[in-house]
Amino acid sequence: MTVASLASAPIAPARRNLHRFANPGRFLRLAGRVLPWLAAPGVVLTAIGIVWGLFFSPADWQQGDAVRIMYIHVPAAWLASAGYAGLAACSVASLVWRHPLADLAAQEIGPPGAAFTALCLITGSLWGKPMWGAWWVWDARLTSVLVLFFLYLGHITLIRAFDNPERGYRAGAILALLGAVDLPIIKFSVDWWHTLHQGNTFSLTGAPHMYITMIYPLIFTTLGFSLVFAAIVTARLRAAVMERRIRALLLARAEERVA
Amino acid sequence: MTYLPYIIPSYALGILVPGGFGVAAFLRMRRAARRLAAIDPRRARGGDARGRDTRRGDAS
Repeated sequence: MTVASLASAPIAPARRNLHRFANPGRFLRLAGRVLPWLAAPGVVLTAIGIVWGLFFSPADWQQGDAVRIMYIHVPAAWLASAGYAGLAACSVASLVWRHPLADLAAQEIGPPGAAFTALCLITGSLWGKPMWGAWWVWDARLTSVLVLFFLYLGHITLIRAFDNPERGYRAGAILALLGAVDLPIIKFSVDWWHTLHQGNTFSLTGAPHMYITMIYPLIFTTLGFSLVFAAIVTARLRAAVMERRIRALLLARAEERVA
Repeated sequence: MTYLPYIIPSYALGILVPGGFGVAAFLRMRRAARRLAAIDPRRARGGDARGRDTRRGDAS
């Protein structure tokens, strides 16, 4: 194969689709259309789930009403991990395909991801105190989620620590990929070690270890929080793309004046 | 309810954290859109604020 034929070789469909949305104008239009469809159902589902979980779902026979904390804690825990998985996926897209929006997306996922991880840790602590008699234990599940929180903070700091943003993005992407090792540790920590934290309630093969009337509000809050999280990240990314264009325009004007 | 001192802060945080981030993101987006609309030359030429030059029928 000659160099000329390599240069004119068609781009693989997956890569072409991935790069279609690298165009800021196209991304902004798509994000603008998608955003209301993420935000509105997200808020409605979350509101239904919260009211259902707080007032209408049954109390647990052992834990009593403290089990209602689950309807906040579990979606926050899911999004802590899912957000970091998204961060790692953006890092792959940045390092492998050099996707222009991947770095910005990783930058914008970090703060809400860290906030939801903190929410998971705090609500877990508020649930643990009445159930275990302690605000915190150095349990494998709790500790691995705390490590995830520090990974988020490290990523947020590292990506903004360089004068040259490209170097910050690259360092952040490498940290995000290395930190992704923590995700399976979080998931399987309750199987690999004896933990005070309860085991997995849901599995792909078995029936859930939970009463069905508790599962419904949990599904509502989990779906609602997920859509709200997606809406937050989309809105932040949309703002970041516009801010980048503003910076570029102001820089071009400044250069024109100097010239 | 014995556990109210634990339940109420959990739900308050569960509403405030996503709500706060959502409102902040929306305000940041609106501020950026207004600023871009004010300085983007393509808008002044008849395009829109998002970098699309409508004169040429540019869809990208």
